[in-house]
Amino acid sequence: MAKVTIDGKTIEVADGTTILQAARMIGPDVAPPTMCYYSKLKTSGGYCRTCLVEVSKGSEKDPRPMPKLVASCRTTVMDGMEVKNNDSEKVTEARKGVVEFLLLNHPLDCPVCDQAGECHLQDLSYEHGSAKTRTDFERRTFEKIDIGPYVQLHMNRCILCYRCVKVANQITDGRVHGVINRGDHSEISTYVEEAIDNDFSGNVIDVCPVGALTDKTFRFKSRVWFTKPVDAHRNCDKCSGKVVLWYKGEDVLRVTGRKDQWGEVEEFICNTCRFETKKTSDWTIEGPRKLDNHSVISANHYEFLKKPKELTINTVKPLAIEGGNN
Amino acid sequence: MQLTNRSKVVVHKEMNWVEKLYLPAIFSGMFITIKHLFKKKATLRYPEVTREFAPVYRGMHVLKRDEEGRENCTACGLCAVSCPAEAITMDAAERKKGEENLYREEKYAAKYEINMLRCIFCGLCEEACPKDAIYLTDRIVPSDYSRGGFVFGKDVLVEPVDQRIDISKRKKDYSIVHNN
Repeated sequence: MAKVTIDGKTIEVADGTTILQAARMIGPDVAPPTMCYYSKLKTSGGYCRTCLVEVSKGSEKDPRPMPKLVASCRTTVMDGMEVKNNDSEKVTEARKGVVEFLLLNHPLDCPVCDQAGECHLQDLSYEHGSAKTRTDFERRTFEKIDIGPYVQLHMNRCILCYRCVKVANQITDGRVHGVINRGDHSEISTYVEEAIDNDFSGNVIDVCPVGALTDKTFRFKSRVWFTKPVDAHRNCDKCSGKVVLWYKGEDVLRVTGRKDQWGEVEEFICNTCRFETKKTSDWTIEGPRKLDNHSVISANHYEFLKKPKELTINTVKPLAIEGGNN
Repeated sequence: MQLTNRSKVVVHKEMNWVEKLYLPAIFSGMFITIKHLFKKKATLRYPEVTREFAPVYRGMHVLKRDEEGRENCTACGLCAVSCPAEAITMDAAERKKGEENLYREEKYAAKYEINMLRCIFCGLCEEACPKDAIYLTDRIVPSDYSRGGFVFGKDVLVEPVDQRIDISKRKKDYSIVHNN
């Protein structure tokens, strides 16, 4: 067991827990943002540097602070460790720099991108980034690639988080795509643009934190905040069948996995559920999906609004009557 | 019960014989009427003559084109989500090869409708637009006999290539000033 204090809040966790996991156990106000770490995927994390935190006290035995900011997704806790996340100015400054680097090559085509509204990079740059860019150089550009009949890859938008590669390695059998080339030239690609032919390949869409891998069946159909998410399930022999349907009017525009408060899917779903069953009759509806109030998707969903206390006639007191019956 | 102290007591006084003739009252009334014939008219002969509007006047919307005549709107939906009256609806479509001279970006609004009966002319759509596409102009929304005629589609809203609508008065500089 190890006792760790993050932003003044102490929690006791098992040995081997990372700082990020401990922070998530405490709650969303102290949890650092993540772009590449995904708790459902082994060995994810350590690429994007958004979860950097300051360790102001290493442990009970060695109370010296760590010399540099550490990636909280890859650093395990020690007993008596003290961590500063939002309290640290160094972290705020470093995170701003990280966002600037992530946006160096990211095209600001949010008005066109289907991910807008549920994009982690959008949220991150809104909360931690600066409003202006300082770079003078041209952004690197790629042609968009169709990966199979359902998934489209916009390499321009990719931030190289490796999540989709890990999905292909761990969820599906026989990965056919990966990162080729090195450094600034690296890009997600399939060998000779070979189609991903696997029952769970559609999950790369859900894990992609930006709009690099998008659903071709949903392409430009609607902005996410005009669709209404509904929890539903069906009997599926390949996956759990627990999904979110995104309705516009009577039509199911797309099907995704259920995402928790960290933006990670609870269970991976198969391609049949995701792409091929888009009729209401295919599904058992459970009810509306609860979304974070701050999400733009919950705009115009009135179920979260607090009803004002109604003014009843009894609360209006009559004016005092002067002078009797005149 | 007396609610205010401004009430006036009505008295029914008997009129004298001059007042019973009614002529002084008629002449003083006619004098006021005829006096107005020689005053400056408050009305304008619209639509031949139009009143000058304040530069901040918000009238009918226009969907702008860029210098090359391509539509600016990419159907991002920010105008519709910012609209407090929920007057704007749109459908997006993907630009095909050969349409590059029609639409500026790879996505465009295939359908763009503003319900002018719902619109409250607040200008939030104009403020939300990231692509300089929608502006409110000093044009007055024409009247109509049916409700359906007030749902304005792209045929009315998009400016014709040869008849550009000047919105230079409404363009604002939204650049962010940095303190650090």
